[in-house]
Amino acid sequence: MTGSKILSFLKKYMMLIALVAVVIFFNIATSGRALYAQNITNLIAQNAYVFVLATGMLLCILTGGNIDLAVGSVVCFAGGVGAIMMDKSIPWPVAVIVMLVMGLLIGMWQGFWIAFVKVPPFIATLAGMLAFRGLANVVMGGFAYSVTDTTYLNIFGGGADCYIPDLFAGIGPALTASDGTVMNKFCLVTGIVAAIAIVIYTFLHRAYLRKNGYKLESLVGTVIKTVIICAAIIWLFYKLSSYKGIPTALIWIGFILGLFAYITTKTTLGRNLYAVGGNEKATRLSGINTKMVMFKAYTLMGLLAGFAGVLNIARFVGAQPTYGMGYEMDAIAACFIGGASAYGGTGSIGGVIIGALMMGVINQGMDIMGTSSNYKLVVKGLVLLLAVFFDVIMKMRKKGGAKA
Amino acid sequence: MANVLLEMKNITKTFPGVKALDNVNLQVEEGEIHALVGENGAGKSTLMNVLSGIYPFGTYEGDIIYNGEVCEFHNIKDSEKKGIVIIHQELALIPYMTIGENMFLGNERGKKWNIDWNKTYSEADKYLKMVGLTDSSKTLIKDIGTGKQQLVEIAKALAKNAKLLILDEPTSSLNETDSRALLDLMKEFKKQGMTMIIISHKLNEVSYVADKITIVRDGSTIETLDCKTDEISEDRIIKGMVNRDMTDRFPKRHDVEIGDTLMEVKNWTVYHPEFAERKVVDDVSMYVRKGEVVGIYGLMGAGRTELAMSIFGRSYGVGISGKLILNGKEVVLRSPKQAIEHKLAYVTEDRKGNGLVLTNSIKHNTSLANLKALSTNLVIDKDKEYAVAAEYVSKLKTKTPSVEQLVGNLSGGNQQKVLLAKWMFANPDVLILDEPTRGIDVGAKYEIYCIINDLVAAGKSVVMISSELPEVIGMSDRIYIMNEAKIVGELPASEATQENIMACIVKTGKEG
Repeated sequence: MTGSKILSFLKKYMMLIALVAVVIFFNIATSGRALYAQNITNLIAQNAYVFVLATGMLLCILTGGNIDLAVGSVVCFAGGVGAIMMDKSIPWPVAVIVMLVMGLLIGMWQGFWIAFVKVPPFIATLAGMLAFRGLANVVMGGFAYSVTDTTYLNIFGGGADCYIPDLFAGIGPALTASDGTVMNKFCLVTGIVAAIAIVIYTFLHRAYLRKNGYKLESLVGTVIKTVIICAAIIWLFYKLSSYKGIPTALIWIGFILGLFAYITTKTTLGRNLYAVGGNEKATRLSGINTKMVMFKAYTLMGLLAGFAGVLNIARFVGAQPTYGMGYEMDAIAACFIGGASAYGGTGSIGGVIIGALMMGVINQGMDIMGTSSNYKLVVKGLVLLLAVFFDVIMKMRKKGGAKA
Repeated sequence: MANVLLEMKNITKTFPGVKALDNVNLQVEEGEIHALVGENGAGKSTLMNVLSGIYPFGTYEGDIIYNGEVCEFHNIKDSEKKGIVIIHQELALIPYMTIGENMFLGNERGKKWNIDWNKTYSEADKYLKMVGLTDSSKTLIKDIGTGKQQLVEIAKALAKNAKLLILDEPTSSLNETDSRALLDLMKEFKKQGMTMIIISHKLNEVSYVADKITIVRDGSTIETLDCKTDEISEDRIIKGMVNRDMTDRFPKRHDVEIGDTLMEVKNWTVYHPEFAERKVVDDVSMYVRKGEVVGIYGLMGAGRTELAMSIFGRSYGVGISGKLILNGKEVVLRSPKQAIEHKLAYVTEDRKGNGLVLTNSIKHNTSLANLKALSTNLVIDKDKEYAVAAEYVSKLKTKTPSVEQLVGNLSGGNQQKVLLAKWMFANPDVLILDEPTRGIDVGAKYEIYCIINDLVAAGKSVVMISSELPEVIGMSDRIYIMNEAKIVGELPASEATQENIMACIVKTGKEG
């Protein structure tokens, strides 16, 4: 590889490399405890809300670096209402629908002010942050509500049994992990099937591209990429299977990330989000209703915040008026660590995954090390600054290179 | 003979791919008003930017000799220290600050950590009086008109102890009375010993105020006329400005049949979005036929872009009135989206600001205005999109490693081709091209002209807005001439010459 190729490789995979480095660091610092199966399972369950909220936040940030400060309050408000409904013995599906609709309506409310009235997003959502936090307190009256419906908890990733049970438990010999626990064979098989599916899809797609005469990536590159992805998936599912299996939260994370990866890359809405953030005037003059694009971004953000509320009360087995504080900052930080531009127009779901994992790994790694939670904030702040610093440096390099 | 205050010797300035100034020489004597005239892009503003240190020492070749010594200006501060102050065409005042605050911005009275506001405002009032303004220096800039704002700019320059004042198109945003007042003020300053350089398009103003006139053309100084000794007429100046050979710069168009009228506007009037009393397009009527290239010539600020954008789904201006007829039917287009649906396209003059998403790839820019054609149920067929982008890259000879290249990394000429590709893919009947060759090199210009010829050969109509006379004459079948918001002339290509087009503009400038 030539120097410029190495540089562009580094630029592209900078944060992924950094993430791997951070994982290795914590694994050494905690003498291997960070990668215990239980800790990996917890990492996913604890950070489900970051993945979901950061996905929505990405949509807003893409439209021009706009953020939504209200999401933490919305999570608390929607979750609070849901918990109260279930407390009053209203069936959980109804509560879930109400929480999602609340998120949607709140998103539309904020989108209306931002897109059509042109209230700056920072202010509109700051207002939302205050108002919805207040409403959450009003409806809960300062009390905590617990959620006891086990079906609800199991489905949305809370309580002791929020895992996909081992459907293959009775089939074949029982497998035991190195520490003696019985492995969840269904989980293991799922991982292997997923890896095989990815391999098949990759090569079918290559064949399709070749047939139609489209440009192909180099074969070596594709193989290396596929092998790394498959290895990571099998490793993850192997780890999960040696604890309790697939956490239901992971299914939801996968669903949301997959759905929005599709929306951002394959649909006109996705394209419009990037275009508005890249150059709003040019987009408007291309016949696209840019106000509607902004409105949709905030509406989807609201919907996702409502869904994060659903996951949140399951995870904490209840609702309290203080839940969700600071969630907006986690989501925003995850996006920026994942390479989204503060001016809009660039960023991806892949980046969100890396950013959210980075935050989660640091959180948990320091927990296991027994560091004071006060220092955790300091470290997270510095990581955010550093990540964006590298991004800026890389961009300057590139410009300098073009001039020379 | 008076002292030579400023001499610029053999100045050469190159931008990537373009030689903006080529061995330019300029001499300005103390106490004179020296006018620089030339077409847009001739290099007048570049020359003044070199002089004032905006293009710092070392980025150009040649010498600046000021007051007898060779100067090296690294930034504006350096040149201002010597008393060279430039007032740009776009006013650089901050609307929500007072006159006084603006006047001393970056040049504050008192100490760095303790601004002396009393001194600020009393001095500001003094300088305001010198330019004949009676407003209080505590008035906010937004509350005074553009004429007065221009005077505030001059007062600001005086506050910097200007000895050599450079005014870049000072009257371009002023009405007749304000312009005249400004020119008289310049004459008054001259009596007091101030030296001034004025850049202007308005030849009547130049001959009214200037002692010497230097003509700039294609990055070179052609000649300097002395108003005391030479016979100065506007025709004489125009000849200097535009005289050049035009052989083979434009590809020939063969046998394009001109058909029925495709688009017509009648009595089109548009007002400025911020200064709602100002008409930017005034009662314009024009038409374009199938297979025809219609040129709209006018100087910057004549209202050409405003006309085009207001037609294109009211994307500019307020209080738009008049009729728009497409294919014989009157239509009302309220948004760019509707305009595109009615097979109209507007290719902007500002490709970076209004045209392209620089952070996106060629592929994504090409498809942006017509994603509908590439998607079913809002899902984009990415393979088809790739194929379309690749097709336009090869058709328009865009130089790029792949269609995944970010548009921001392309040269101006190639960006222009991507912009054209985007609008060609939108499949319009009428294309309005606004300055399609601005800021791109000669080779790329030729290719753009070929694309225009292909478009009309395919039965499209092209409206080409340009401030380059040879281009308008070389490419158009028919030419409209626009000045000060009005169409002031219409000429078939056979009768159009640079002299009679310029004459149209000068004539109306005088009347108004």
